[in-house]
Amino acid sequence: MEIIKLEKISFKYDNDWVLKDIDLSVKEKDFLGVVGPNGGGKTTLLKIILGLLKPNKGKVTINGGLSYVPQYLNFDKYHPVCVEDVVLMGLLDKMSGGLVHSKEDHQKAHSVMETLGIFGIKDQRFGKLSGGQRQRVLIARAIISDPDILILDEPTANIDKAAQDTVQKLLVKLNEKMTLLMVSHQFDFISSDVNRVVCIDRTLHTHSTYHIAGKNISIVDHSGDAPK
Amino acid sequence: MMEFFNAVKSTPFMQYALIAGLLASVSCGVVGTYVVTKKISLVSGGIAHTILGGVGLVCFLNKVYGMNIPPMYGALVVALLAAIVIGLVKIYGEHDADTVIAALWSVGMATGVIFIALTPGYNNDLMSYLFGNILMVTKHDLYLLVILDTFVIIVGVALYHKLCAICFDEDFAKVKGMNVTFYYLLLLCLTAITIVTLIQVVGLILVIALLTIPAAIAKQYSNSMWKMMIWAVILGVFFTFSGLAISYGPDLPSGAVIIIIASLSFAISTAYKKMF
Repeated sequence: MEIIKLEKISFKYDNDWVLKDIDLSVKEKDFLGVVGPNGGGKTTLLKIILGLLKPNKGKVTINGGLSYVPQYLNFDKYHPVCVEDVVLMGLLDKMSGGLVHSKEDHQKAHSVMETLGIFGIKDQRFGKLSGGQRQRVLIARAIISDPDILILDEPTANIDKAAQDTVQKLLVKLNEKMTLLMVSHQFDFISSDVNRVVCIDRTLHTHSTYHIAGKNISIVDHSGDAPK
Repeated sequence: MMEFFNAVKSTPFMQYALIAGLLASVSCGVVGTYVVTKKISLVSGGIAHTILGGVGLVCFLNKVYGMNIPPMYGALVVALLAAIVIGLVKIYGEHDADTVIAALWSVGMATGVIFIALTPGYNNDLMSYLFGNILMVTKHDLYLLVILDTFVIIVGVALYHKLCAICFDEDFAKVKGMNVTFYYLLLLCLTAITIVTLIQVVGLILVIALLTIPAAIAKQYSNSMWKMMIWAVILGVFFTFSGLAISYGPDLPSGAVIIIIASLSFAISTAYKKMF
């Protein structure tokens, strides 16, 4: 079943077309990697799928609950919010209880935090955390609501190698339960786990993973593609 | 200082002043927390200053046409109107929003100045709106303050999780299906009402300092929004009460003294946080 379907999506900022005639369909339990040059429109495409931007042309169909992990939260270090509060924000639309979160909400948060290894820092201020910890908190916030589709924008940017490996393993595990769509610069990360890669540079090119699984995959050969 | 405590015991206007200070501090702590974390101090400044236009109009109508509208009503209507207009500019104005808000800010004040000029005689109401005069708060003002305060606190607390979510990460709130525009405008309206209550205490020139400083200090010591609110309320009460007490003896303007105490505390707290 197609869980995300984009038909002839075009988007422009002012007069510049950032995306042109994008067709994309994502099936349930897919793990789709999105690559492409800076300014190629990757983040714009994600925002359109998330409903944060409206395309100028084309149609977006989403058959499931969405959640996402942002690229870089433009974040005030002193914002008064602790880890558990951030994770609970993932239940914003499903909050049980009125003014305060119910016991079940807290239990859910605790089990997600344990899965991600951040239970020990649940009372720490979010702004104090390291990049890797922060990323795991944002992933916890995204998955606490059991979404059907998880969208991640550069989940391993600005974190060290060990933290990257943890995130990577986690995503593979999450993929058993949900559809993943991930933008990344890190091709080695993308190629080993995803089952399909699309390359966005204003238009879209599709590759099955083995085409780009070689050593030198930072150069993706588009010469064999059908013209779009 | 003893004079102050004697005055509190024996004169009703001093008691009204303390009650007004307490009421203003509570709404200020709750809403100030949202204003500081959402970083809308400039937008709030715009709302505050356009109020002069409303107060000027009411003073003009009262003096020239013999009407008897309490200036606080004019302030409230104009503040809410300004909140909606400035909010929409901020949302849809893209790159020019800041400039437009600065212009609206001045237009509000200019309108006020014109009405002052058109209103004959010395305008006492207007002066107390500009610089605040908590000692002139009447019983009727207090009733209105109680109503406004109750409203702001109920809404601010009832929608706590939603408002916290838009202060932290608007995009995520939107993905979760929240009507972010509605809540943003609602937050600005709460801010507008809070500003009207605070104007009684320090006047519109100084209001943004009282709205933001207690919350800004509280933020340095809090790891959650509700803790920040509680600390901001406590600090607000402390600043207004100590400002009143210190200014009473030497007959200094209480609003200005309150702001000086608050700002000094903010400076000390920030220095302390930087050092330790």
